[in-house]
Amino acid sequence: MSKTVDRHQDLRLAGPELEYRGIDSISGPLVVIRGVRDVGFAERVEVTGPDGAVRQGRVLSVSEEAAIIEVFQGTSGLSQPGSRVRFTGRPFEFMVSAAEVLGRIFGGLGQPLDGGPAPFRGEPRNINGYPINPVARAYPRDFIQTGISAIDGMNTLVRGQKLPIFSGSGLPHNRLAAQIVRQARLPGEQEGFAIVFGAMGVRHDEAEEFRRSFEESGVLKNVVMFLNLADDSTVERLITPRIALTVAEYLAFEEGMHVLVILTDMTNYCEALREVATSKGEVPSRKGYPGYLYSDLASIYERAGRLTGRPGSVTQIPILTMPDDDITHPIPDLTGYITEGQIVLERTLAQKDVYPPINVLPSLSRLMSDGIGEKRTREDHRNLSSQLYAAYARARQVQRLAAIVGAEELSPTDKRYLTFARAFEQRFLAQEEDEDRTIADTLDLGWELVMLLPPQELTRVREEEVEKYGRSHGKTADTGNKEQPAAP
Amino acid sequence: MVSGPVVRARPANGFSMNEMVEVGPEKLVGEVIGLDSELATIQVFEDTTGLRPGTPVRGQGLPLFVELGPGLVGEIFDGIQRPLKELRQQWGDFIHRGNIGTALDRERLWPFTPLVETGSQVTPGQKLGRIPESRGVDHFLLVPPGIRGTLRRIAASGEYTIEEVVAEVETEDGGLLPLQLYHRWPVRKLRPAGRRLLPAEPLITGQRVIDTFFPLAKGGTAAIPGGFGTGKTITQHQLSKWADADIIVYIGCGERGNEMTGVLVDFPRLLDPKSGHPLIERTILIANTSDMPVAAREASIYTGITIAEYYRDMGYDVALMADSTSRWAEALREISGRLEEMPAEEGFPAYLASRLAAFYERGGQVTTLGGERGSVTLIGAVSPPGGDFSEPVTMHTKRFVQCFWALDKELASARYFPAINYLQSYSAYGQRVAGWWGERVGGEWNSLRMEAMEVLQEDARLQNIVKLLGEEALPDDQRRIIESARLIKEDFLQQSAFDPVDTYAGPDKQYLLLGVIMHFIRRLRDIVEARIPLYQAMDLEVVAELHRAKFTWKGDDPQPFSELRTRIDQAMDAILRRQAEPDHTAIIGEEKL
Repeated sequence: MSKTVDRHQDLRLAGPELEYRGIDSISGPLVVIRGVRDVGFAERVEVTGPDGAVRQGRVLSVSEEAAIIEVFQGTSGLSQPGSRVRFTGRPFEFMVSAAEVLGRIFGGLGQPLDGGPAPFRGEPRNINGYPINPVARAYPRDFIQTGISAIDGMNTLVRGQKLPIFSGSGLPHNRLAAQIVRQARLPGEQEGFAIVFGAMGVRHDEAEEFRRSFEESGVLKNVVMFLNLADDSTVERLITPRIALTVAEYLAFEEGMHVLVILTDMTNYCEALREVATSKGEVPSRKGYPGYLYSDLASIYERAGRLTGRPGSVTQIPILTMPDDDITHPIPDLTGYITEGQIVLERTLAQKDVYPPINVLPSLSRLMSDGIGEKRTREDHRNLSSQLYAAYARARQVQRLAAIVGAEELSPTDKRYLTFARAFEQRFLAQEEDEDRTIADTLDLGWELVMLLPPQELTRVREEEVEKYGRSHGKTADTGNKEQPAAP
Repeated sequence: MVSGPVVRARPANGFSMNEMVEVGPEKLVGEVIGLDSELATIQVFEDTTGLRPGTPVRGQGLPLFVELGPGLVGEIFDGIQRPLKELRQQWGDFIHRGNIGTALDRERLWPFTPLVETGSQVTPGQKLGRIPESRGVDHFLLVPPGIRGTLRRIAASGEYTIEEVVAEVETEDGGLLPLQLYHRWPVRKLRPAGRRLLPAEPLITGQRVIDTFFPLAKGGTAAIPGGFGTGKTITQHQLSKWADADIIVYIGCGERGNEMTGVLVDFPRLLDPKSGHPLIERTILIANTSDMPVAAREASIYTGITIAEYYRDMGYDVALMADSTSRWAEALREISGRLEEMPAEEGFPAYLASRLAAFYERGGQVTTLGGERGSVTLIGAVSPPGGDFSEPVTMHTKRFVQCFWALDKELASARYFPAINYLQSYSAYGQRVAGWWGERVGGEWNSLRMEAMEVLQEDARLQNIVKLLGEEALPDDQRRIIESARLIKEDFLQQSAFDPVDTYAGPDKQYLLLGVIMHFIRRLRDIVEARIPLYQAMDLEVVAELHRAKFTWKGDDPQPFSELRTRIDQAMDAILRRQAEPDHTAIIGEEKL
């Protein structure tokens, strides 16, 4: 049933290799050549300037008169008469074989940066990939323990999910991502895993931090890095995540590995897309981004998941910085519509020195309800997390109210909520960067916190659960209630 | 010229507007969307990588069509009706491009029973034969629209493939029209029906906030707008699971692949509460996931609605869910942008409103050509950017739908589901379906829901004060409203899609549950009027029972509800009596915990 990708499909895209001398016009990252023949849409191009340097490019639109090409390494140094353009007759491809990519570092277009050779043994794969047939997908259900309470307890990650981190400039998203990479595992399982890291426009030190973190946790030999750094070409960023995902799909679906893909920073990617769209003179939609931003992002994010009858999986954690911390900005907004939830970092929590500063209220894991519960995490997980959500939402309202009327004026119940909010932020959300909590620890801690509330406020958990987990694991809070059980 | 999904070609044999074309040696499917003196503009429904100038484009002589016949139910198709299960057999786990043949299985044998004898006079829309398509659905061979005459031949009972001619009609002009079990129909052309009826029968969805507060009628139109993460898809899934329609057409338009997979996993296991058969046996899925080509997204809506109309013509109640219409509108925008059309609001083409209107107008309850009743109910999810309902797609959709179920980010972030905001939502069918509820379920239905709605509105007004001063600042008669509203919200409106009992509430349960909650609320008034502190009533054991009621009883038996009502009366009377006897005065002023 599940045969491998039919190679002939790719060959049909192929056309002849052609070379032209001279360019008709250059504008921003785009060059136009007139009078070309037999050039295919989206095929890969090599542009050689008078300096002899070869630049990679791609056909953006083609007609009988002219072809428009986007050049990834920038057009500076190209001249109209002195340049040569070679049409390769093939789409953008990357050679993949496990032996040649694992433990390696490549540039944003897949060129080796670690001094090693370019992969040549594998098979060339179209970096745009192909849509996964929904019939072939397996519904993701396997709980991944990240050791981070705010994620495991309340926004559970499952294998094959795409769960982005919505952050802001200066917030510790990189530290969080690195911690997830170090700690993420399926409880009680040690299968082949790999990490694919795609960086778009990140600073040198950020990339170096990630590399060091991989090295320290001893996973470097299972990591493939694709680095487009802040001073690299912007247009190249359009290719980087696609190469990264091509490698991830290969490792997952051909080699049977569980692959975790980190893509950072998607905001830089979207800006590169806008830059190209504007140079082409396209009609912009919101905030100058092209109307197809949704489809384009989807072509990246949808390349995650599991396939029935194949062992591996692709789990994606894209990171984006929300411009001005605005979650309604088109980039986080469209991302949130495509991905299976989001982890939202909040500046006010970071200012209170809470690490990781995850605001659980706007955060969400859409696949959580299928990945938790009896036999997966624990039977009380769903109700407990729902109770924590309801309580923290109410507690935030109380915090606002307390800011107006003063904490003294609050009702005794509301005061309990204030206590709860503090404990929740300082003990449940906050943890050390090397603190790896088991799911049982996280849930017990959650119970301890909800037991700070008066019993009649616990409307979302069952009485039996309060009895079994709350009273036994939770410390006896001084609820002043006569129903306190006597200590056994 | 090739630019993304838009191709301009010099027609070889003269194309017509909306004609289906095949592009290149791989026969990529496309549609003519513009013609000028020299060039035809074509939107290609598949990836155009590698297409080059000079590639031949062949017209098919037909507008974009779907195949209608047995074999649709239980299947999953892409936006241009390619069967995805078959695609997987041929190509493996990933979708490639190119034509792979037909939507419906040509080999499969279908049992056919004639319903009309040779020699009879037949009229348009008349049922000629029955084909059991699934355990729940009988498929009918109909006389095509506009055809009347004498039935010259009809096949005997037996098994036939869809291509075999099973009937021949001699038309009035003397021609002989052969009929197969399937035919083709252009997706952009609406299927004719008889008279349109005013929808008056509710489409029961088993979701309390919808059925009781903002009901939808069979043949009605509804929109579910909401920012990301507010539960549009869960709501759509709940509706497609529990709506009491005969056929469900579910269009995943530009959404996640895993969602379609979820439906494919769940629906064969879940049973339709009405027929007892697996839900998949009444469901047709159209999937254009967000990573599939964008032009086919535009087509997927039409593919779905044409199939829905086809089953309506057999006299069925069909419910169509489109998730999400915003993605369809964005596909329009993308194509429009590639055509360099002048944009209107936010880059959307000026014809956005008329396209939306035309889509929602294809819903409705009608008498079919064959004289039966059928309906197409349309439920469209809308994904407004930034959750802002003033954006063009939401705004225009609002003009054309009768039900508006606004999803609320704040409710969703407190995990209050379904996150339908009861103040912003509305339904124009409330009064129209009241007759049905009054007759079938209970006479007080309309007054109960109005009473509950009043409490909620009063509560919303008070909440503004509470935000500033805290609940403590309110006198007991106002806190009574807050507590009452909380009961309605938590014990009636909130409904868990994951709880086996709570996930579906039939009309009887909804009526009984609201009845008992409103009874408690009325008795609460007595308590406050007798100047008894509110907490005495709110701490009663019966309140906990009210909380549990929705998870406990299915509503097929009214007994537990009336017993609970009696216990409420007993408990309340006891409090009132204690107040009357000075010996047992409650300690006034003691803080409720």
